[in-house]
Amino acid sequence: MPKMDLFLWVVFPYISLTIFVLGHIYRYNKDQFSWTAKSSQFLEQKRLKFGSTFFHWGIIFVFFGHVAGLLVPKAFYDWLGITDDMYHFGAFWLGGLAGVATVIGGLALFTRRVSIRRVAKNSSVSDYVSLVVLGAVVLVGFSSTVGYTVSGGSFDYRETISPWIRGILIFRPMPELMAYAPLGFQLHVLGAFALFAIWPFTRLVHVFSLPLGYLRRNYVVYRSNRPVKQEKKTIQ
Amino acid sequence: MVDIDDYYEPWTYDYEKLIYSPGREHQPVARPISQLTGEYMDITWGPNWEDDLAGVHETGKQDPNMDHLDEQIKFEFEETFMMYLPRICEHCQNPSCVSSCPSGAMYKREEDGIVLVDQDACRSWRFCMSGCPYKKVYFNWKTNKAEKCTFCFPRIENGDPTICSETCVGRLRYLGIVLYDADKVLEAASVENDKDLYEAQLDTFLDPHDPEVQKEALKQGISEDWLEAAKNSPIYKMAVEQRIALPLHPEYRTLPMVWYVPPLSPFMNALGGQIDTLSPNVIFPTINQFQIPIDYLASMFSAGDSQVIRNVLKKLIAMRTFMRADELGKEYDMNLLKEAGMTEEMAREMYHLSAIAKYEDRYVIPKSHREETDNMYEHQGSAGFDFMDGCRSCMGGGAASDPLDYYESGFWRELDEFDPTKNL
Repeated sequence: MPKMDLFLWVVFPYISLTIFVLGHIYRYNKDQFSWTAKSSQFLEQKRLKFGSTFFHWGIIFVFFGHVAGLLVPKAFYDWLGITDDMYHFGAFWLGGLAGVATVIGGLALFTRRVSIRRVAKNSSVSDYVSLVVLGAVVLVGFSSTVGYTVSGGSFDYRETISPWIRGILIFRPMPELMAYAPLGFQLHVLGAFALFAIWPFTRLVHVFSLPLGYLRRNYVVYRSNRPVKQEKKTIQ
Repeated sequence: MVDIDDYYEPWTYDYEKLIYSPGREHQPVARPISQLTGEYMDITWGPNWEDDLAGVHETGKQDPNMDHLDEQIKFEFEETFMMYLPRICEHCQNPSCVSSCPSGAMYKREEDGIVLVDQDACRSWRFCMSGCPYKKVYFNWKTNKAEKCTFCFPRIENGDPTICSETCVGRLRYLGIVLYDADKVLEAASVENDKDLYEAQLDTFLDPHDPEVQKEALKQGISEDWLEAAKNSPIYKMAVEQRIALPLHPEYRTLPMVWYVPPLSPFMNALGGQIDTLSPNVIFPTINQFQIPIDYLASMFSAGDSQVIRNVLKKLIAMRTFMRADELGKEYDMNLLKEAGMTEEMAREMYHLSAIAKYEDRYVIPKSHREETDNMYEHQGSAGFDFMDGCRSCMGGGAASDPLDYYESGFWRELDEFDPTKNL
C-alpha cells in the first residue's frame, strides 16, 4: 500500500474528523456568541428565499441519501428484500431530484452573495470559504454520480466507498477500498473531509442548532437569578 | 420576515471631504454614504423621518390607529394634531418575542419580569422581530444577534431608575413594582373580546395591601423591602388605584407592562376660560371635541373602547379643575370629582404624583437581592452584551474591521512611538 493512500484514506480522514468533533466542542464552550447561521436575510431576502429554500431542502435529502447509501450496509437492503434495481431507482430519482435542487440552490446562493453588494460587502472570508468548499464538494459529487449513472459505469459505491467509510467510523480503516475508486468520487470524499475540518469554525455550525427543545418547552421561558429560593421555602 | 429596509438603510457622511477637500470655488459637501455598502446613497427614509408634520401626509394614512377615524377631517390642517408617544420594550407579561424564539435565548426574569436576550444562546432566527407586535426587538446585522431594551437591569438591580426615565426632561416616566399572579396570565390573555383585555390584565395584578397577598408573597421568597416597594409603587397607584394609566395596544394580547396616561388636549379655550363656574354637564362633553380624537386614543390604549379613555380624561380634568379651584381658593362643584369616580384624597394624590412628581415618588425601586444569587459566573453573558469582546466587527463602516484600525490611522501611534530613551 503506497504511503499516499494510507495518508489520504486513513490519516487525513481521522485528522479531519478529530478537528470536526473537538472543534465543535471547543467552540461551543468557548465562543457561543459567534455561534449563528449568520443569515443575511436581513440585508436581502428575495433572492435568498429562492436559493436558500432549494439548497436547504436539497441538502437535507442529500444528507439522508448519504446515510442510506453509505452507512446502511447493502446486506440490510437485501434482508429487507430491496433489490439493486429498486435501490437504484430510488437513488436515481430521489437522489437526483435532491441533487438538482441543491445545485440550483447553491448556485443561486453563490451568485447572490457575489452580486448583491450589500451581501458581498458584509461577507467574511469564512463565508466565502465555506460556500466555495461546500459548493465544490456538492458539484464534484453530483457530477461524478451523474456521470457514472449516465455512462452506465459498473462502479458500485455500495461495495467500496460505503464499507470504507463504515470502516473509518468503527476504527477499522480499509484504505484499499478507496484507493481504486474513480477519481471523481475520490475528490468528492477528500473535499468532504476538508469541509468537515473547517466546519466547526464557520457558520456551518448552525446545522447543530436544530431547535428541538422548542417542541417540548413552555412558550414563555422564565429564568431565575436565585434557584436557592427552594431552600428558603423549607426554612420558612 | 423583516428586513433592514423596513427600518432604513444606515448611513454616515464622508466628513473627511469637509477637511481634506482642496481649495475650490464651491463649499465642499459631505455626501451620505451607505453603511451597508460603503457607496454614496440617496437618503429616502430614516429614523424620525416623519417627525411632526414632515411626512404625515404620506404615512399618516398608513397609521392603523386612524382606521376608525374620519381621515378626511383629521388630515385637514385645522384638525391636525401632534401626539408624542415614547415607546420602549413593554416587558410584557406574555412576551410573544420570548414565545417565538426557537433557541430559548429570550427569557423573562422571574424576579423583576425584565425580558432579555441571552446573547450567547441567540442563534439569529429573527423570529422575535416578527413576533413582537411593538417591533421592539432589533437585529444586529454585525453580530447577527437580537438586541432589545434591557430595562437597564444593572441600574434597576441597584435601585436606580432606567436611563430613559432618569433623563426624561418632562419627568413623565414612572417606575415601580406590580405584583401579579403569573398563573392568571394565560387566562387573561385568552379572553375572547379584545375590549375585555384591559380589565383582564388588571385582574392579574395583586393588591400589595392585602394581608393574604403579603403572606403568600413572603412564602414565595419575595422580601419585605420588595413588598414595601410594591405598596408605594407609583405604577400600582396610577394603573390600579387611580385607573389613569392604560396598556399600549392591549389587543395584541401580550399583556404589556409599560402603561400610558393618555394626554389631555387643551380645553380651557373651548370654554372661554370660564372653567371655575362650570358644571359636569358642560365640562365633560368637551372631551369629545378634543384636538386629539378620543377614538384615536382608544385604538391605542383600550382596543377601541372609547369609554375607557373618556373615564381617564374625566379624571384628569376633574383633578385639574379641583386643584385649580383649591389653589385659587374658589368654590368647586364636588359633583365633578364624584362623576369622575374620584375622592378629594385621590385627586390630591394624583396631583402630587403627576404634577409635583418628586424623584422618590416617581421611582420606587427596591434593590435586587443579589446576595441570594447562586454562582454568578454561570450567568455571565446570559443577560446582556459581551461588549467589545464579542463585537469586533462592529467597529468602523461596512466591512469587518479590527479595532486596531484606529491605531493605523495614527490615533495612538505617536504615543507608542515616543521613546523616552532617545532624548537621553
